[in-house]
Amino acid sequence: MEEELLEEILASYRGDRGELVPILQEVQDNLGYLPEKSMVDIAKFIGVPESHVYSVASFYAQFRLLPLGRKRIAVCRGTACHIRGAPQILNRIEKTIGLKEGETSDDLEYTLETVACFGCCALAPCIRVNMDVVGEMTSEKVDELFPPVIEGVKNDQ
Amino acid sequence: MEKISIKINDQDIMAHKGATILETALANKIYIPHLCYHPDLKPAGSCRVCLVELDDGKLVTSCRTPVKEEMVIKTKSAELDKVRRPIIEMIIANHHMDCKNCAKKGRCELQRIMGYMKIDKKRIQQNLRFPKEELPLDDSNPFFIRDHNKCVLCGICVRTCQEIQKVSAIDFAGRGYSTKIATLGDKPIAQSRCESCGECVVRCPVGALVPKNLRRPSHEVKTICPYCGVGCSIVLGIRDNVVVNVRGDADSSVNSGRLCVKGRFGLSFVNSQDRLTSPLIRISSNKNSSLVTRHPSLFREVSWDEALDLVASKLKNYRGDEFALIASTKCTNEESYIAQKFARVVMGTNNIDSSVRLCDAPSITALLKTNGINALTNSISEIENAASILIVGANITQSHPVIGLRVKKAVENGAILIVVSPIEIDLCGFAKVWLRPYPGTDLALFMGMCKAILDGELHDNAFIQEKCENFEDFKNSLDDFPSGKVERITGVSRDKVASAAKIFATNKPSAILWSSGLTQYSHGTDNVLGLINLSMLTGNITKPSYGINPLMDHNNSQGVCDMGCLPDFYPGYQAVDQPEMRKRFKSIWGKDLNPNPGLTLTGILQDTLEGKIKAFYIMGSDPVSNIAGSHKVKEALKKAEFIIFQDIFLNDTAQFADVILPAASFAEKDGTFTNTETRVQIINKAMEPIGNSRPDWEIICNLAERMGSRGFDFNNPEDIMSEIASVTPIYRNISYNSLRKGSLKWSDLAETSLTGQNGKYKFTPLQYRPPAEVPDVDYPLILIAERDIYSDGILSQKVDGLKALRAKRLVYINPKDATDFEIKNGEVVRVISRWGEIEGQAVVTTASPPGLVTMYLLEKEINQLINPSPDPAAKTLETKICAVRIVPQKES
Ligand code: SF4
Ligand code: SF4
Ligand code: SF4
Ligand code: FES
Ligand code: FES
Repeated sequence: MEEELLEEILASYRGDRGELVPILQEVQDNLGYLPEKSMVDIAKFIGVPESHVYSVASFYAQFRLLPLGRKRIAVCRGTACHIRGAPQILNRIEKTIGLKEGETSDDLEYTLETVACFGCCALAPCIRVNMDVVGEMTSEKVDELFPPVIEGVKNDQ
Repeated sequence: MEKISIKINDQDIMAHKGATILETALANKIYIPHLCYHPDLKPAGSCRVCLVELDDGKLVTSCRTPVKEEMVIKTKSAELDKVRRPIIEMIIANHHMDCKNCAKKGRCELQRIMGYMKIDKKRIQQNLRFPKEELPLDDSNPFFIRDHNKCVLCGICVRTCQEIQKVSAIDFAGRGYSTKIATLGDKPIAQSRCESCGECVVRCPVGALVPKNLRRPSHEVKTICPYCGVGCSIVLGIRDNVVVNVRGDADSSVNSGRLCVKGRFGLSFVNSQDRLTSPLIRISSNKNSSLVTRHPSLFREVSWDEALDLVASKLKNYRGDEFALIASTKCTNEESYIAQKFARVVMGTNNIDSSVRLCDAPSITALLKTNGINALTNSISEIENAASILIVGANITQSHPVIGLRVKKAVENGAILIVVSPIEIDLCGFAKVWLRPYPGTDLALFMGMCKAILDGELHDNAFIQEKCENFEDFKNSLDDFPSGKVERITGVSRDKVASAAKIFATNKPSAILWSSGLTQYSHGTDNVLGLINLSMLTGNITKPSYGINPLMDHNNSQGVCDMGCLPDFYPGYQAVDQPEMRKRFKSIWGKDLNPNPGLTLTGILQDTLEGKIKAFYIMGSDPVSNIAGSHKVKEALKKAEFIIFQDIFLNDTAQFADVILPAASFAEKDGTFTNTETRVQIINKAMEPIGNSRPDWEIICNLAERMGSRGFDFNNPEDIMSEIASVTPIYRNISYNSLRKGSLKWSDLAETSLTGQNGKYKFTPLQYRPPAEVPDVDYPLILIAERDIYSDGILSQKVDGLKALRAKRLVYINPKDATDFEIKNGEVVRVISRWGEIEGQAVVTTASPPGLVTMYLLEKEINQLINPSPDPAAKTLETKICAVRIVPQKES
């Protein structure tokens, strides 16, 4: 499916080097990130080395080189949240789901990131899970939202 | 070159116009700090360490600023220091400054700059923030380590891989503080497109890219790489009789300092534990035992005297055509000459051949027929100046890597590349036209191109009239190749054929390169003749950068043929069946000579099976693995009464030996190799022979003397070369004295060369024959066997790193076929031929067209799968293709 989508996208380009960034954008918009295979195909299509495509893709912050988890957790690191304990919240989440900031779990369940203030300072400290903002975070709330994984269960399902 | 006068630090200097300030300063022994500059690369001007001050006070990067008349330059000043110091301090702060334990210690540019600027690294590291967390080493490549913590981001490796190797395996990745050099996806280098050439490693200015197991040599000796037919010039670094380092020889016109992975990192076989170190004599009669050959119950170690006396007494029983000698494409010219002289003079037979028969013989047969001489008409360095290049049946970047670089360079210089290959090869990415004929149909394609050229009147009439013969016959034979028919046979559209023909005919000079992908067919000789026709038709033969270039497989494939290790030719392609030749050699060698041409490798085995040939001398070759239909070869060898096996390692053939003689490797002897462009190059002894091994020429000469023959009392290879020159017209001008001044290409020197027979080139009318191996219902796919860059016979198998890098058993299959045969990407499959089967992992890719599967196989592996038909002219076997079917392994 990914491959067909990519083919479709490429079909609307001429195959010039200059099209690299727009192609990357379109691929990411459709696939959510830039799979390695897509970078190989794009490289071939516009006639540049694969390593160059990676170079460009890794240069711009807008491009994701890894797929996102089903639950995208964004912890606010704005000033208001910071003062009200965002670092501790982040810490707690990191421990519970076993990911560091910027990482995605191998089973693609979670992606953990931080963002600057998302405008709900009144509810600080807050996080966002996909589109939903959760305010006034506490350690207990973290445990509620992200039940700790019981050893072994994850692999068996 | 025009000179201009400038001043650097008050010193008057005459500079070359067009040179940069940095180049001029360095050439005049004035040091300017620099990091991103490398003499082999275009200046990047990115590190800004090389700043100098001009008299107007301006600071410029000296690596990018050309000298101008009357320029006044300061390389040291307070201003400069003010700008440069923070740059260097920043680098040091971010650098893993473990100089004491660094492999680059003493040759590191950063150390040098610190010394020059009197920078105290301790102070900096205390004052500045400590470097980012340590990044893991990438030691995935068996030959070198990448240490990001020591990288100064000069980009030299990136540009080397782009500009020199033209692979672009690596590039800058990330941004700002976390910028680093990375492969696609920042994966370990061994999982990238990297070809392990090491060109980046030798250029890294710091310790970020260093060879593994580095040991400094105690002395260095210039010699020639013993792997492929390119014949790169190398400098061997030796310590304690061990090869510890290899450098490319920058002065060589063949490789200009470049090397591929085999030449640079693949010579540790010399000191392999598996080297044969003592003569061995069989004590058990059980041949073809699965036991290790050297097992003490089968063989015992003996002295040279005992071994050679035994051989001498045994061989007395097999004079004449009961004896056959298989010469080696790896041995020197001198050794090959001695080998054939031994067979002809001592044993009285012309049964001499080598593994050239299995691969390049059709090229020799065809060239002798049309040009009267076995030589290519270009030289390697001229390829860069061609206007168009046609490549057929040659995966050059894998088989002849350093010639591959020349082709890429030619494309960069503007040459138009036409690649003819059913499967996708690296060079397709550089080609303007890529033709994908069905395998084995190349000849129809060439004839189609010839016809298109004639129809479009793009041929070189003047050249044809003046220099060629048999044109009318040839022209008539083209009537059989109308464009529709060609399209049907080859699967290449008529428009594509016509446009390729036009490009080839109108962009001169044009060079044609081919190798085993064209010759290993039951009509290999015709294939080559077809290409020669094409070259003659366009008047493209014989001028610089024009011409026809068969790429010979091994380091001395050309030489072993030049030296007469052929059943029908004395040295220098002088026919055995011509009475005057025979008389001449009789008078020089002082012995009556057998008037009957001998048998080719395939014939020799047949006669052995029939009991006519009883004794064998096998030098540096492995018929059991190399010759397709191994079972038959084994039968033959089992039947032979007495087999002498002489090599540096045991191989699958050795188990049939009665006597095993340990030979010295290329590093342990003097001699010459002749590369694929007929360049005769000296190899120099760099170390003492391992164990009790001896150079092949010494062994055979000693044996001949024990058998009472005269004419073998040579003191050294130089003496042998004098005799070669005296009997071989094409080597007439070759002597060690001249070779020591520089290598010589005999096709440039020999008067006989390249005028063709009767001074004319001969067109050959040709008919198309399909390959003998055809698919059917049971075996519906065609398997193409390719060789990868890491594999080259037994030598490469004795190098662990090459073994590790060798392509895993992958089976490349088109998505369409994968669907038809229900094969999933990554699954283990069985590839079954009419004669055998092999396992591999499926890779579903369009690199293989529908109907074809590609595998990178060792000779030994492909030879289990086929039972090939020989080419009627050259007797080369059709080993290029094989009909197969593929089934998922789980079904079995
Ligand atoms: S690895 Fe070496 S050559 Fe490459 S950028 Fe780093 S320091 Fe320069
Ligand atoms: S070893 Fe050769 S191919 Fe590999 S990265 Fe270095 S220059 Fe490129
Ligand atoms: S290209 Fe051939 S001759 Fe040159 S280094 Fe590689 S194997 Fe040796
Ligand atoms: S600071 Fe966290 S939402 Fe504004
Ligand atoms: S050496 Fe001149 S800018 Fe790097």
